[in-house]
Amino acid sequence: MIRFQDVHKSYRVDGREVPALQTFSLDIADGEVFGIIGHSGAGKSTLIRLINLLERPSGGRILIDDVDMTALSEAKLRQQRQRIGMIFQHFNLLASQTVAENVAFPLRLAGEGDAAAIRKRVDELLARVGLSAHADKYPSQLSGGQKQRVGIARALANRPSILLCDEATSALDPQTTASVLELLAEINRELKLTIVLITHEMDVVRRVCDRVAVLDAGRIVESGSVADVFLHPRHATTRRFVNEALPEEAAGEQAPYAHVEGRILRLSFRGEATWTPALGRVARDTGVDFNILAGRIDRIKDLPYGQLTLAMQGERVDDALASLRQAGIEIEEITASSPENRS
Amino acid sequence: MTVAPLQSLFPNIDDWSEIGQACIDTLLMLGGSLLLTVAVGLPLGVLLYLTGKGQLRPMPKLYAALSLVVNILRSIPFIILMIVLMPLTYVLVGTKLGIRGAIPPLVIGAAPFFARLVETALREVQRGVIEASQAMGASTWQIVRLVLLPEARAGLIAGITVTAIALVGYTAMGGAIGAGGLGDLAYRYGYLSYKSDYMLVTVVLLIVLVQILQMLGDRIVARYSQR
Repeated sequence: MIRFQDVHKSYRVDGREVPALQTFSLDIADGEVFGIIGHSGAGKSTLIRLINLLERPSGGRILIDDVDMTALSEAKLRQQRQRIGMIFQHFNLLASQTVAENVAFPLRLAGEGDAAAIRKRVDELLARVGLSAHADKYPSQLSGGQKQRVGIARALANRPSILLCDEATSALDPQTTASVLELLAEINRELKLTIVLITHEMDVVRRVCDRVAVLDAGRIVESGSVADVFLHPRHATTRRFVNEALPEEAAGEQAPYAHVEGRILRLSFRGEATWTPALGRVARDTGVDFNILAGRIDRIKDLPYGQLTLAMQGERVDDALASLRQAGIEIEEITASSPENRS
Repeated sequence: MTVAPLQSLFPNIDDWSEIGQACIDTLLMLGGSLLLTVAVGLPLGVLLYLTGKGQLRPMPKLYAALSLVVNILRSIPFIILMIVLMPLTYVLVGTKLGIRGAIPPLVIGAAPFFARLVETALREVQRGVIEASQAMGASTWQIVRLVLLPEARAGLIAGITVTAIALVGYTAMGGAIGAGGLGDLAYRYGYLSYKSDYMLVTVVLLIVLVQILQMLGDRIVARYSQR
């Protein structure tokens, strides 16, 4: 478990303390994929670097499996770092070394001297990331996605229990991003390691994360399971991120449904509820009419979900809503008289 | 080729073996001083880099002191430095003359210059690569040995080339005060005795030497830059 206890961080700039992260506490459980989303400058790079102490906190403690990282000697800290893999937006591979040498690098740092053992481990790792054919190439001969795969293989070399991803897909095109995220999810499942990733793309969070924290100007403004945060964003910053991931809703900002008759509702289905014909059944039973205004059915990591915005009319709308709630559907009312402010 | 046409071209040069010996002397001075310059300048450059502001081991006072010494040594014209250092040279190698006598001032003159080139080359190494190594638990010494020096290889070789060429100039100047070599010939025969053919031959030889050094350096740099 990664535990931040009353941690804060500020930088000294021209003799003045400039806060980067305001005091916060946060627990990241073993084996989960934890996302930290924020705009550039929100403090997310600082936050992820606190975990392996590339940045020292100005106050508070950082515990990894109950070991206080901030209290370690330099040598002990280096040992701990070998158990924490990290990948980067710009890959940060050694340009003067081949793919195999890059992957072997952390093993050499850790003092592994047996060339045969190194070669065996490197082969294993390159096979896992699908780059066995490229062992003797130099990084400059690889595509961005391949470079990040080398980065991942290198990060896994010392069998870490934690993998830190610093904007790992931000320099990649959408297809490559998808395949790298797929690889990260696979690693998380198979090796049971904890992944902490920072990103500015809600889509990255939606695809791989279990939990998420939203960072805004050095403060964690919202955190929770991705489904909760994604389906019911509370903070304005979170809403903006969610709307980016739901392009069809991003367009309608202020009272988009003011001219629509009936009660405007947003229904959220999660998991099994997504696949049951609850809406049709309830409409039949209660005689209400509904008109779908916007909708989306997709997945949050492995959880199927649907979100429908609809206008409902009829005598027994309240009964209909009660039945829908009973079927496990979450309902928010967006009334025309009090336009939902989503920006 | 017979000797006759050479003699008509260069009437004052009656002993070509003297020029051959001067070439060998110059090459010995160059090789010896270059080797020692790298041996002294490389660690000095690494130290300058590491102790610089915002680097791996920032030590403002040490950096300022080293920087001052380097700047002082670089601002003294080599010919003056050589004379100033004569007592020290005598203590170090037991003579002020010849190849041996030339090497201490050559190294003391060139090492600070090379150290600056090393510092600059190391600063070209991507910050992110160093950060990645720190994240992998590398010690400062491991970062220097396994990351900085290999990654800066092309820049370091370019720096050695520039330093070698500067040293060719220094050895020639050294000739004026008894170091021997091509500079000595050019000075004694070409300048003091008005034998301009000596001057021509030595200058051409020096140009050829510099060309060869530059070509060699560029070729090695190109080999490592492809990566």
